Amino acid sequence: MKYALLIYTETSGEEYHRITTGLRQPGAAQGPWTDYTRAAREAGVLAGAEQLAHSETATTVRYTDGPPLITDGPYLETKEHLLGFYLVDVDDLDAALDWARQMPVHPGQTVEVRAVLSGMPWQRALTE
Amino acid sequence: MAAGPDRVTGIEHAFREEWGAVVATLARRLGDLQAAEDATAEAFAAASVAWARDGVPPNPGGWLTVTAWRKAVDTYRASGRSTAVDPTILNEVTEKPEETVMPEPLGDDRLGLVFACCHPALAVEARVALTLRFVAGLTTRDIAAAFVVPEATLAQRLVRAKRKIRETGIRFTVPSSPAHLAERLSSVRMVVYLVFNEGFAASAGAALVRDDLCDEAIWLGRLLRSLLPADPETAGLLALMLLHSSRRAARLAPDGRPVPLAEQDRALWNRTLIEEGSRILDDALELHSPGPYQLQAAIAALHASAGSYESTDWPQIALLYRALARLDPSPVVEVNRAVAVGMADGPLAGLAVLAPVLASGALSEYAPLHAAHGFLLDKAGDPERARGAWGRAAETSGNAAVRDELLRRHEID
Repeated sequence: MKYALLIYTETSGEEYHRITTGLRQPGAAQGPWTDYTRAAREAGVLAGAEQLAHSETATTVRYTDGPPLITDGPYLETKEHLLGFYLVDVDDLDAALDWARQMPVHPGQTVEVRAVLSGMPWQRALTE
Repeated sequence: MAAGPDRVTGIEHAFREEWGAVVATLARRLGDLQAAEDATAEAFAAASVAWARDGVPPNPGGWLTVTAWRKAVDTYRASGRSTAVDPTILNEVTEKPEETVMPEPLGDDRLGLVFACCHPALAVEARVALTLRFVAGLTTRDIAAAFVVPEATLAQRLVRAKRKIRETGIRFTVPSSPAHLAERLSSVRMVVYLVFNEGFAASAGAALVRDDLCDEAIWLGRLLRSLLPADPETAGLLALMLLHSSRRAARLAPDGRPVPLAEQDRALWNRTLIEEGSRILDDALELHSPGPYQLQAAIAALHASAGSYESTDWPQIALLYRALARLDPSPVVEVNRAVAVGMADGPLAGLAVLAPVLASGALSEYAPLHAAHGFLLDKAGDPERARGAWGRAAETSGNAAVRDELLRRHEID
């Protein structure tokens, strides 16, 4: 069964940009997330992982009566922003929570674990 | 029109155009406005040294572009990072200038830059700031002063917007699908007209007219039209700005008080601008694809060609407002239509157009609504209620010069 591990942080756009820029420098340390990702992959549970640009750079499409409206900014203006996610394929929630617990997150960050629905009709189009 | 000491000179604009063209070419290749801006700044700094020593090269623009491109390539190679747009940038040879691959200048680099700066995914204030900074080449300080915001606030707005463009993959290109092009173009025109209106009827600060912003908007309008010569609404926008602008000298009394259209000395209207605006409008109308800007320009042209307020072709103006309301329904258009109908068919007919707008309350804080109401009530012979409407107009006006004049005229304390 698949679970999405959604990682939230309160880091500001400015700070997040500084951190991600630093991590991209050549010679920057590999860091604990590399180890975590490798461990998940070697354990055969990793179904996907992505890191997102800060929600400050989000664009929202709102559907109203007229044509969809494009606006600058996230759907919800919150202090927390979704930083990225891992998709893990494990036996049960306990196993997913274990992978969540092992994440090298900082104090103040939060990981939300959401089960992925399977057997939905639209999903057939993914593999046909 | 008299040119004040603050007016932008031709040389300044020529310099800014060169700067803007280099930024545009680099931005397209790098997908990153900040990197393009930094590299261009380095190239201009290098030019001030090299040109003083060796003389100005035969193709200064080409020199600046190649130099800026090399600086950008060096920066990317030093950081070991590629760009989303051009993954081969790390392989570019920069040690041997003769082997530097020239960023092929595209005719529409400037246009691509305009489209990126006016992308609907950016906040409107960010679009305005980006366009003035990178297309018109104003400094951050100038833009902050023009919009009466602290320079740090404006700088932060620009930093965020540049980051959003880079990180979300907004490209510096002209949209290829007609549907996208239409949507994006309407945002471009809106941004330019917003700049013009902020100059023409400054909502912030004490002055009524901010010539600098009007001039920048017209300059942008001309640039857009030269880049999109076949687009009737882009021509309509330029015509509209020129026609409005023709009245600038008459809109202020020598003591700085605003003068309403009805009382303006029409001898002060700038004939050159009227002729140019009318000619551009006529050319646009020949394409038989009317839109809101062409209609508004047609209304402005009727005003411009009238000998007096009373002898203006009000029935035609009322019809044009009706057409405008059909294309682009808004209570603001209804306010204008009410005045035109009032002049064409009498004040009671005008008040009937205004009634639903007043009743809806949607524009209760919009000073021109109350001014139109006061004007029509005065004409209808109801000075008591008119005075109340003028009072509301003064209360709701954000412009100090307009407010003072309304209070003075209607003897409101």
